[in-house]
Amino acid sequence: MQVRALTALVLSTGLGAFYVAPFVGLGDGTRHLPGRTSDGHHQIESACASCHDAMTGATNERCLACHGADLEASEDSHSEAKFRDPRNAERIAAMDASRCTTCHAEHTPGRTRVGGVTVPADFCVRCHADIAEERPSHADFRFDGCAASGCHNFHDNRALYRDYLLRHADAPDVLPVALVPARSATVAEPNPSERCEECHAREREGFLRGRHGMRLAQGLSPMSPRLGRLELRAEALDETLGCTTCHGAHVNDTAKAAVDACLGCHDDAHSRAYERSKHFALWEAELAGRGPPGSGVSCATCHMPRQRVREKGVEVVRVDHDQNGNLRPSTKMLRTVCTRCHGLALSIDALADAELAGPKCFEGRPSRRVESIELARRHARENPNQREEKKDGKD
Amino acid sequence: MGRIDGRGALLVIAGLVTACEGKSAGGIAPQTMTDALFSVMSADRLVYTREVVNRLQNEEKVLNATEHFRDEKTLPLPAQMFRMGSEASQKQNPGFTYSLLSLWPVNKQNAPKTELEKKALALVAESGKNFYGEEELGGKRYFTAVYPDKAVSEACVSCHNQHEDSPRKDFKLEQVMGAVVIRVPLGT
Repeated sequence: MQVRALTALVLSTGLGAFYVAPFVGLGDGTRHLPGRTSDGHHQIESACASCHDAMTGATNERCLACHGADLEASEDSHSEAKFRDPRNAERIAAMDASRCTTCHAEHTPGRTRVGGVTVPADFCVRCHADIAEERPSHADFRFDGCAASGCHNFHDNRALYRDYLLRHADAPDVLPVALVPARSATVAEPNPSERCEECHAREREGFLRGRHGMRLAQGLSPMSPRLGRLELRAEALDETLGCTTCHGAHVNDTAKAAVDACLGCHDDAHSRAYERSKHFALWEAELAGRGPPGSGVSCATCHMPRQRVREKGVEVVRVDHDQNGNLRPSTKMLRTVCTRCHGLALSIDALADAELAGPKCFEGRPSRRVESIELARRHARENPNQREEKKDGKD
Repeated sequence: MGRIDGRGALLVIAGLVTACEGKSAGGIAPQTMTDALFSVMSADRLVYTREVVNRLQNEEKVLNATEHFRDEKTLPLPAQMFRMGSEASQKQNPGFTYSLLSLWPVNKQNAPKTELEKKALALVAESGKNFYGEEELGGKRYFTAVYPDKAVSEACVSCHNQHEDSPRKDFKLEQVMGAVVIRVPLGT
């Protein structure tokens, strides 16, 4: 009897440890996956504890540990705090948007869309069914189109609004001055060691937020093309991603890091089309001295954009090393990338064209015109007095 | 309502969050709590509107307050300032909520929604006096206090009367333009 009890105890302890260990950060949790992990999280799926507590499951706190800073910066239109207001109780009953996992259920491949969204594309209707009363111009729009053209996003709605659309409504397809700003020099710390982040802390932070560094951020081994889901070059499968993978340990060639390093691994239609694009021709021209500095468009121009930030009270230009940051959602590119060289109308249309933004790598013209600027113009025509008053600066 | 300074109001709030949840028999009445909260909120709102926005925009004419203040390198509008404060407060889970609503909202999300809000905002706009009541939302009971929000400076009136999304364009100084709604949960 004692032997059976002891066996049961050992077995139950072993099984318990087997299942619980990954949730407390021990061991590989891949065997416990209840379904295919989303593209955004598959790199860290073996580390259950990154997202799950052993007892409480995936909580907002865990999501915000990685995504909180981005949401804060995006002036989240639907923050958790907004839904704490009891006057939104009815909305919570319709769809509990106070919990991240209501819209971002994980391990549910059958219903996972871009951005890890797992609710139907027309989910806005649950709370905004009466939008036509406020915006009669929207009466004929379908609710699955709110986010389709970049006009609205659930979290980040900074890019487009009526006054901004009007201000840039008449900008030509290519701006008279189409240049990205020059990168500011990094002043080395005295006696720097071999650790890149001693001088490049901001760059390292960005790298750890993006798809290239997110495994390291979770304490896992570095990302490697072998672990990737994209189409990647066979000869690059055993590479591991760190600073020197793209930059080299001894030769700091940022031009190489901006294109060659990317295409050394990435081999999908978008990447392959780049070398046939006008953007690439401009890049070659700049490198050959036939174009002014900042006129070329490399992979990094769009995916690791140069951003104006303040350091010690001084404005500097730094490269955002979170190569996925402006793809969440891709309309973030409007401000940080596209409109540095192109008019707003062309930029909106191009980003909304899945074929052009995807496999064509922006070589060609958008297939359709998004109505947002025309809606803003129509509204201004219908409210001419208020528009004039605003121009007088009385607001 | 007697005058309460900032520190006093915070002490009252700390005691009342507990009391209103029904955990203390000797707590302070919900109305005392909401009145104290409102005294701080309205004082901050008045100071920002008069001493920052109205002074810089309307009197000294050096810096405007606009809706897209980050893009335009301007000041946040007083209503935005108030809402940002409310949202920042909610991140701390303080045990009460507050919002700025109006029968004539520029942003339609800020129109009255609950039955009590609809009734109270109409009464407050008409009388200019506070309204207190109880309501049940999402299965919980709340003490809800509604305070008139008046046009305290020319900046309030001119902005709302000119805004293209404003449903009312004849506001005058000192008129009730909306209301501050404060809710505290009541013990079961």
